[in-house]
Amino acid sequence: MSRTGRTGAGVPVPLMIPAALAVAFLVLPLAGLLVRAPWSGLAEQLTAPGVGSALRLSLVSATAATAVSLVLGVPLAWVLARSRVRGRAVLRALVTVPLVLPPVVGGVALFLVLGRQGIVGSWLDETFGITIPFTTTAVVIAQTFVAMPFLVVSVEGALRAADARFEDVAATLGADRWTTFRRVTLPMVAPGVAAGAVLCWARALGEFGATITFAGNFPGTTQTMPVAVYLALQRDPEAAVALSLVLLAVSLATLLLLRDRWLGRAGVAP
Amino acid sequence: MRRRAPLALLGCALLLAGCGGSDGRSSTLTVFTAASLTDVFAQLGDELEEQRPGLDVRFTVAGSSTLAAQLVQGAPADVFASADERQMAVVTGAGLADAPTVFAANVLTVVVPEGNPAGVIGLADLAREELAVALCAPEVPCGAAAERLLAAAGVEARPDTLEADARAALTKVELGEVDAALVYVTDAAGRPDTVDAIEIPQAGSAVNDYSVGVLTDAPNPDAARAFVDLLLSADGRRLLADAGFRQP
Repeated sequence: MSRTGRTGAGVPVPLMIPAALAVAFLVLPLAGLLVRAPWSGLAEQLTAPGVGSALRLSLVSATAATAVSLVLGVPLAWVLARSRVRGRAVLRALVTVPLVLPPVVGGVALFLVLGRQGIVGSWLDETFGITIPFTTTAVVIAQTFVAMPFLVVSVEGALRAADARFEDVAATLGADRWTTFRRVTLPMVAPGVAAGAVLCWARALGEFGATITFAGNFPGTTQTMPVAVYLALQRDPEAAVALSLVLLAVSLATLLLLRDRWLGRAGVAP
Repeated sequence: MRRRAPLALLGCALLLAGCGGSDGRSSTLTVFTAASLTDVFAQLGDELEEQRPGLDVRFTVAGSSTLAAQLVQGAPADVFASADERQMAVVTGAGLADAPTVFAANVLTVVVPEGNPAGVIGLADLAREELAVALCAPEVPCGAAAERLLAAAGVEARPDTLEADARAALTKVELGEVDAALVYVTDAAGRPDTVDAIEIPQAGSAVNDYSVGVLTDAPNPDAARAFVDLLLSADGRRLLADAGFRQP
């Protein structure tokens, strides 16, 4: 503990100055939102119809997208970090494509697969009468598409950093690979999974481009907070700032709370 | 010294640009234009460049509200053409332009995917529960116009999505993801191969007026006025009519 204290006291100048600049760069725009917020009319802006439902939809859909990402993304991260599947490098590049793809393009791509005329979507429509676009499901799908890579990359990093010898020992003691994964690997990388989940949730909460393209915009079913902010900006910039503040406050509160609970004791994030 | 090189280069570039402008023979005209005018304005720009050798006409294309916000924040421009009188009022209200002229009008039309798979015949079909319908959001000009039009026609539409602009609604029709959408006549006219337009008799009850103005601080007021004159000329009116615009 005393070591942490010493390093904190003596941050080298070459690190201190850029770090301070980084803080200013990242925090000043938020300060701008706070300064320019229409504080006097805030209550009125926030009780406007649609704000509550947009916030609720954002929280529910981002949480659902994170749950889907955990169920599918952790196994994928394991495959990328531990298995000897051929073409892993290509696979890793492919599944991180949504990180660099403009989200609007992602939305169009989802249409081409899951839309009414899409490769899979037309089959779903004809066979089961299910259409995905313009539903809350479409919101979750769009958010998952954009956010899951963040979780996969985090968890893969944690798996690579974790000592594989514990897993080898478990194997020598007779545990099969599935048991080893559940009882040894997963607890070992839990902080990495938590950090990845938090990152994934935050990205899903802020998702705009893929959502408005693939899920559209309808209050109550597909209008998330970022979409509501964008539309408010067209008519009333003050309302947009007020809505942004709500999203900011809720996401900050959630992230601080989760970080404390999940990462506080472990104290490491990959 | 090495660190100064980019700055020095920038200085040279600015100097050269400045010289070009004061030369009198080569100059730049910057036109801020609503997205729906893109094609017509490009042709007018070519025409003006032919008339005035050395003139370079440049366009900044975006939604009218975005352009108005950029102008208020100090973006340098000579001409502003708005698809929406409210946004022109934002600019004139800030003292950045005076005496804008209304030069065209746009109305809405129902568009359907090519071949009209859902058998849409008019506005009333937008109320059919089983159809996937896209309208513009009420926050944007085409959505406000759609609200007026539907109210005037007494149709209770059941949209599945309220799009952020007319082009986004049109794209959803082109992809076949919605059966019908309400967009501007000019949007539909630009996509004859992928969508069919269904003219609606009530269209006249929601008209969007387009206005144009020379900006007070225009760096090139002479060319700006020439551009506006060309737009208001018989040539300009013909190009606008060809693109589907109405006379104001």
